[in-house]
Amino acid sequence: MRVARRRPEPSTFEFHKPTSGEQLIHFEHLTKAFGPKHVYDDVELDVRAGETLVVMGGSGTGKSVLLKCLIGLLRPDTGRIVFQGHELTHFTEDQFIPVRRHVAMVFQGSALFDSLTVGENVAYPLREHFPEMSEDELRKRVAEKLALVNLPGTEHLMPSDLSGGMKKRVGLARAIATDAEVILWDEPTTGLDPVTTQSINELINSMKTKLGVTSIVVTHDMVSAFAVGDRLAMLANRRIVQVGTREEIRRSTVPEVRAFLDARRAELVPGGAS
Amino acid sequence: MTPEVEAGVAAPPEEQGVVARAKVRLESLGSLARMTGQVFSRAVRPPYDWGTLIYHTESLGVRSLPIALLTATFAGLVISLQFGYFLGRFGVQYTVGRVVVLTLFRELAPVLTALTVGARIGSGMAAELGAMTVTEQVDAIRALGADPLRKLVVPRVLACLLVMPVLTVFADVVGLVGGALVVKLQYALPLDLFFQGALDAVLLEDFVSGVFKGAVFGVIIGLVGCFKGLTVEGGTEGVGRATTQTVAVTSVAVCLADFFITKLTLYL
Repeated sequence: MRVARRRPEPSTFEFHKPTSGEQLIHFEHLTKAFGPKHVYDDVELDVRAGETLVVMGGSGTGKSVLLKCLIGLLRPDTGRIVFQGHELTHFTEDQFIPVRRHVAMVFQGSALFDSLTVGENVAYPLREHFPEMSEDELRKRVAEKLALVNLPGTEHLMPSDLSGGMKKRVGLARAIATDAEVILWDEPTTGLDPVTTQSINELINSMKTKLGVTSIVVTHDMVSAFAVGDRLAMLANRRIVQVGTREEIRRSTVPEVRAFLDARRAELVPGGAS
Repeated sequence: MTPEVEAGVAAPPEEQGVVARAKVRLESLGSLARMTGQVFSRAVRPPYDWGTLIYHTESLGVRSLPIALLTATFAGLVISLQFGYFLGRFGVQYTVGRVVVLTLFRELAPVLTALTVGARIGSGMAAELGAMTVTEQVDAIRALGADPLRKLVVPRVLACLLVMPVLTVFADVVGLVGGALVVKLQYALPLDLFFQGALDAVLLEDFVSGVFKGAVFGVIIGLVGCFKGLTVEGGTEGVGRATTQTVAVTSVAVCLADFFITKLTLYL
């Protein structure tokens, strides 16, 4: 007898405004390997609407991979990623496009298009997702988003004219241009001085209070993690070893978490792909 | 020989290396073939980004014209010098125009243009897209809801497809003028004899065959350059590797394609 192998048919993605605290994203039994290198063995993680969840972990533990899997830039080998009831795992590239309108990513190195001005960079997702938008409306929206990240009037500058902190802000303005409800932050404070780090932390917090967005922040910067995170998750040994509030993590007895917090037994946090 | 090898459990390291490398090359070839299909399927479907296409066509064409003309001039000079001398040995030096025009139109103009200009254009594309890949700009394009193949690859490949035949025609003309100069100055043959011989010998299909080769070589250069750029691994070092690989791969691919197109056009 032939057994038909059925693959779940991906549904068309539609975002609905979640109530605060409801489960928004669910990573289930995720595995991922790059060739012989196993990054995840069995990752389980929930993200709730309106919260800022920080994923901590050493360099090369696969923190960025988690974010990229969520918006389809990378595909998990097995497991499921469920976003508002939609299983994204089998989504095609085209089906991910509406997801990416609602889930925006701020890249580690900002990833601004260096051949475009700041204004054109921020306008880029608007042109893609709203091709019918008029140039006047576009300019208005760009100015509004740049003002929101404290960079008003910088539309004409080129990315090469900006400092590291300013690039992060423009990256954020570009990410929130389409009014995304979820923002993914990939190492937002890496390579920044303490003052700029503080301002980026304030920006992450202000996104939650001003816009009510849900954020997932991956970082190995403990100061930032505790400054912005409502909950913190520790990624080590190819899985999430603990998820908890700031206080729960601070008092953790999980060896990998303790080692990371104390920065004494760094050898317990294994290397791997980022 | 180790017991593992005898038992067929594991191959020796050098054999593993060969097998692994062959597998990587095959996978890479498969990915390039898949990308080729995706690029052409996007190229024929709207929306069309005319502005970007015109920008790339203009910038590739204008920037490549000097090197294409220089190469073609010297190609014309050299083959005219060589053929003039050797045809003189057989007492048929007056046929030099016929030989030069056929050699240039059918072979040298498209191939030399592809090898010199192609190396330049292809490596430039690999470096540009490679830098975008390692700085996550390509990921950013996808994350912002756009398609990197449509945004980055389609206009570049189409620009190469348009530019290379035009450069080939320029190379034909300039090479022929170079050849005529040598015939006049070195062998003191009348120019009208050279050009009349050339016109008598050349058929439309000779001209079209060279231009067609230019178009095919253009597609190869564009695809290989973009593919190498988009598949860069290993940071800036990887970008350097991709650019040199692009030159090597496009050169080999152009020579291979030249053989098969020649075979095809000679017997059609």
